[in-house]
Amino acid sequence: MGELLRTPAENKSVGQWLLDNIVTLIFVAFTLFGFFVSDNVSLPFFLSELSSRIFRNSFLVLSLIIPVLAGLGLNFGIVIGAMSGQIAISIVRYFELGGISGLLYAFVIAFFVAALCGYFTGLLYNKTRGQEMIASLIVGYFANGIYQFLFLFVVGVIIAVPATHPMIKPDGIGIRMTVDLVPVKSGGLKYALDDIWTMPFVYALLVIAVGIIIFTIARYWFNEKRGEGYRNNRRSAAGNILLGLALAAVSLYSIAAETSLLMVRRVPVVTGLLILALCIFTVLITKTKLGQDFRSAGFNQHVSQVSGINVDQTRIIATVISTVLAAWGQIIYLQNMGTLNTYNAHTQIGMFSVASLLVGGASTSNANIKNAIFGTILFNSMFIMSPEIGQSLFGQALLGEYFRTFMVYGVIGLALGLYVWKALKQSKAAALKED
Amino acid sequence: MAEINSGSLSYKIKDTVAAIGMPTIIIAAFWLLTLVSGFFVGISMSALLSDTIKRAGMNGILVLAMVPAIQSGTGPNFALPIGIVCGLFAMVCSIEAGASGFGWLALSLAITIPLAALVGYGYGKLMNAVKGSEMTIATYTGFSVVALMCLAWLMLPFKNPKMGWFIGKGLRETIQLDAVGAAQILNNIMAFSIGDIIIPTGLLLIFGFFCLLVWFFFRSRLGIGISAGGINPKFAQATGLDIDRNRVYANMLSTVLGAVGIIVYSQSFGYAQLYTAPLMMAFPAVAAVLIGGATASRAKVSHVIIGVLLFQGLLTTALPVANEIFAGTDLSEIMRMIIQNGIILYALTQVKGGAK
Amino acid sequence: MSEDLLCFRNVSKNYYGNNVLSNISFDVKKGEIHALIGENGAGKSTLMNILFGMPVIHTTGGYSGDILIDGKKVDIKSPHAAMEAGIGMVHQEFMLIPQYTIAENIKLNREITSPNVISRVFGKRLETIDMASMNADSRKALDKLDMDIEAYTVVAGLPVGHMEFIEIAREIDKTGLKILVFDEPTAVLTESEAQNLLAAIRRLAGMGIGIIFISHRLDEIVSVADRVTVLRDGEHVATKNISDTNAAEIASLMIGRKVSIERAGGPRVNISDEIELSIEDLHVAMPGEKVKGIDLQVKKGEIVGIGGLAGQGKLGIANGIMGTYPTRGRVVFKGKELKLNDPHSTIESGIAFVSEDRKGVGLLLNESIELNIAFTAMQIKNRFMKNVMGMKFQNDSEMRSHALRMIKELDIRCESPAQHTGSLSGGNQQKVCVARALTQEPTFLFVSEPTRGIDIGAKKLILDLLLKLNEEMGMTIVMTSSELAELRSICDRIVIICEGKIGGVLPPDATDAEFGLLMSGSKANTAERSL
Repeated sequence: MGELLRTPAENKSVGQWLLDNIVTLIFVAFTLFGFFVSDNVSLPFFLSELSSRIFRNSFLVLSLIIPVLAGLGLNFGIVIGAMSGQIAISIVRYFELGGISGLLYAFVIAFFVAALCGYFTGLLYNKTRGQEMIASLIVGYFANGIYQFLFLFVVGVIIAVPATHPMIKPDGIGIRMTVDLVPVKSGGLKYALDDIWTMPFVYALLVIAVGIIIFTIARYWFNEKRGEGYRNNRRSAAGNILLGLALAAVSLYSIAAETSLLMVRRVPVVTGLLILALCIFTVLITKTKLGQDFRSAGFNQHVSQVSGINVDQTRIIATVISTVLAAWGQIIYLQNMGTLNTYNAHTQIGMFSVASLLVGGASTSNANIKNAIFGTILFNSMFIMSPEIGQSLFGQALLGEYFRTFMVYGVIGLALGLYVWKALKQSKAAALKED
Repeated sequence: MAEINSGSLSYKIKDTVAAIGMPTIIIAAFWLLTLVSGFFVGISMSALLSDTIKRAGMNGILVLAMVPAIQSGTGPNFALPIGIVCGLFAMVCSIEAGASGFGWLALSLAITIPLAALVGYGYGKLMNAVKGSEMTIATYTGFSVVALMCLAWLMLPFKNPKMGWFIGKGLRETIQLDAVGAAQILNNIMAFSIGDIIIPTGLLLIFGFFCLLVWFFFRSRLGIGISAGGINPKFAQATGLDIDRNRVYANMLSTVLGAVGIIVYSQSFGYAQLYTAPLMMAFPAVAAVLIGGATASRAKVSHVIIGVLLFQGLLTTALPVANEIFAGTDLSEIMRMIIQNGIILYALTQVKGGAK
Repeated sequence: MSEDLLCFRNVSKNYYGNNVLSNISFDVKKGEIHALIGENGAGKSTLMNILFGMPVIHTTGGYSGDILIDGKKVDIKSPHAAMEAGIGMVHQEFMLIPQYTIAENIKLNREITSPNVISRVFGKRLETIDMASMNADSRKALDKLDMDIEAYTVVAGLPVGHMEFIEIAREIDKTGLKILVFDEPTAVLTESEAQNLLAAIRRLAGMGIGIIFISHRLDEIVSVADRVTVLRDGEHVATKNISDTNAAEIASLMIGRKVSIERAGGPRVNISDEIELSIEDLHVAMPGEKVKGIDLQVKKGEIVGIGGLAGQGKLGIANGIMGTYPTRGRVVFKGKELKLNDPHSTIESGIAFVSEDRKGVGLLLNESIELNIAFTAMQIKNRFMKNVMGMKFQNDSEMRSHALRMIKELDIRCESPAQHTGSLSGGNQQKVCVARALTQEPTFLFVSEPTRGIDIGAKKLILDLLLKLNEEMGMTIVMTSSELAELRSICDRIVIICEGKIGGVLPPDATDAEFGLLMSGSKANTAERSL
């Protein structure tokens, strides 16, 4: 993505920098602390856990970016997308469609269900302008009621289903609490995407490293050629190259010296490619007229409206895209989990994804791919380390789990609170300055 | 003539509907419907009514906590769990101190009121710092506090065996108030029954007392100032009121009511529920006051009384009726989720001031 | 220069039976700079709304009369149609997105795109933005204005003058621009920026674009325009060549003598020499009504009028002293310095305020008349309270009896003191506001726009009431109003505010031209006094 020339970064004080990145810093410190105190977490175990979580969750976190660009804030309503995904999975599972074709069916069904739900959610957000975030949270709870109505009542009472079906509760009404998605070999969806092609972790690391280096150089060269209006940020380019080189060095060393990193779980290549595709999609859409409209509406609805942009429609489109992506994300998530936790799998998705994005340095009005990926890595590191810290410091893993919940809520509260507080302070200062 | 009459009648109906509020009427009609169907499937009406009265009384003060917050312009107190954990903490301390019966109740209240006022002060300050996004941030502040208290329940060095796990450290998830002789302690004061309907007089009296207290408060100079600041901040400011300070006072009051509310709730329920139990407790309280006819910016004590009766009445009635008609389903819980969150969403669409 | 580009022919408009424009006819020639001037409410903005096809016109029954462009009758139904017809406008408030570059702003919603694989399937909205072409186009527009700033600079942080030029560049960039309307373009600019802008406007006219130049600054109009059209109360007063007129004449045409409320009473006797309120270097950050350094002294027993055009800062004075907007300076009341930005202490010292924003600031619309009347005195002076068990509660009976007395004294027409103020007529609402101010027992009263939105009969009642308060109770009054006639009818002297500062002080019987020139900030004012 060509960095458009923005106002030159002002020389911010250290204190300001700390305040701006407080959420990220807390998480980095926490994870490092975790490594420091817990001795029964081996690096391969940690990386195995982390990489499978990243591949499972990234898609969902990325689905939050477009609503942020369109000025809707953090869309907790992606739980509706997640529910749509689960509806699709349930249908596919009910008719015992499995494997890659089953997965494709699920994607297609999820698309239609999520697009419809997203449309209505978008309408609601237009009616609750200025309160979209609380509305998105509540509409998630509301939709959960309807979802349960569908799965516990409609299935069985209104739509007749055979009580003998493994998905259906023994009394013939409603879907079971947990539904086994069945491995692909037995005609199911479990690992349908992940197992298409896997690759050892260190090799994947090498590919990613090389990818980063090539991408950075190509972008640099491209921007240089295009000239005015596209200026390269030398420092960030150098940083990317260094990161790439470091990752490459680690993986090459591991391969050569046969370190413990070779024991890290294999990574799902196709899932990775899908995440990459979503990243590219997100970047490309910001470069289209629609993407420009997202940003215009996000920055100033009034000016956009006066300039003839259909703000309401633009916001609905953003919500629909986000909901559909979340539905697909949930399918990716579930095929990796292997079981559908019918009434719980979706409930926390919104909060965890939002927390991940915020940890990556995003705010209510600004989010990008880097925030999403970096945030997913950090957030899940914390998630893995929390019980370990609880265990090794206090002898209670439960403590770590409560702490983890606290971190999720706290991070969202803190990041949102700081954002509003800063915005209020700025607007007050601006009002006085005009005098 | 007839035409004119019917015309004025339809106006009258419209006016009445507008005065009572559409959501209130819908919920009331729905409740009646479930009551009637309950009657036909042969559910004991007196049991339903007894339950309704009891549950309305026990939830009442929690709902009442919404009034000061809404009147001050902060909006519904989605951070009600903050007040609730203050109340829980006081109850736990009181048990730890070895109190029982009315002594336990008095000690709990004595601990919780100053504590909740202090915490409410901080919360009020926070709400002033995030004007315009109070509801979202209040929600997450409430969630965070509940999660933080989960750690506290586990780590605080309470010793009383009535509250601990049989093995391991920390407090139990639910603490039986029977053990300190405090279960239904308020409900049983002067309780009597009319036919099969049991009236928990003490519970109702205490709810009534707090309703009166809040009603009186909003007729005092401070109370009038607080509601003026909520209705029209510009007016209040031009009159020389310190709106920010008033909002802090209102949130202190709301937090204290939340804390007292959970004590009254717990004694009636018979258990103090710790850990994640308070997490979602703000939402039914918000929904109840909205059902009673309040909006996100205006609420009266009468809204609390009507709302809590209708909402709890509906929930109480729906459970056995739904079970009777659609055996094997959990329709009443589903209905609660849809109604509770639907009414909050409806109220959010009525909030003005979303800059386009 | 003689080609008629745009003609208005007998354009009229009424809102719900009120004529706001009647029979406006004038034309704008190719390459002409045509100034449009008039007081607030003269109909300038309604006329522009008609020209731009704003929805507010069409949802209220449209207009009558014709608009001709290039001699052909056009019916402009929407802002988009106006753009297609070649009409552009540079808004008073900038329609810019600060986070965007200049080019992105110039091309807002007119972005240049190129098709790609996906857009061929899913439609134009997915075409790729061609930033390089947008920069190039913007470059051309900026060049026409002699702006040498790079098109890819981000707008945030640019000086205000640049933003104005970006707005103009956007209009120029639209193909087929024929007519460009400037609405108070220099209001927010510094002196040198304004000069640059006027030069740019001349250059645009030189390219053959017809310019409608709306401004209240007479000096600017005289220096830049070719012709001027004066509107007053929705009527077309005159269209003159600038070479045939002068600032004083335009000013006098703009003010005109309206059906004035007769000045009551003879010479006033109760003005003492004692200075009750003294204002030094007052600055008020009231949005849209900024006060930028005012010195004023008010004598005990005086009625001082504050006049001026909207947006010039006249409303800021009372609001600043009463502490509703951030204020600095020094205000001495009865020999004691007032604590600024603290409404409580100002009210306590005996100053009351009837706000110009009756429904927004003045009243609690959903509360009773009696509470509205008692409110401030209750909060500040602890009146209308009674002790119950050591706690203070509102005293209903005292509130009721006081309200009844006020209703009688001020003749407030209502059903009962418990009626909500929202259901009262404008005049009666205003009386409730005055009643509340009086309940504070002030010795000094600020009244802003006391007759705004009130019918003509009630206006007289309110003004008589103010006069009575002054004469019978010796109350010092500072009345701010946009209606000069009303200021002239009761004030002892009238202070005209222009661009946040005092333009001058005039006796109520000064000529229209004198008032008009002061309001327009014309520097020629003193020289033309003899007119």
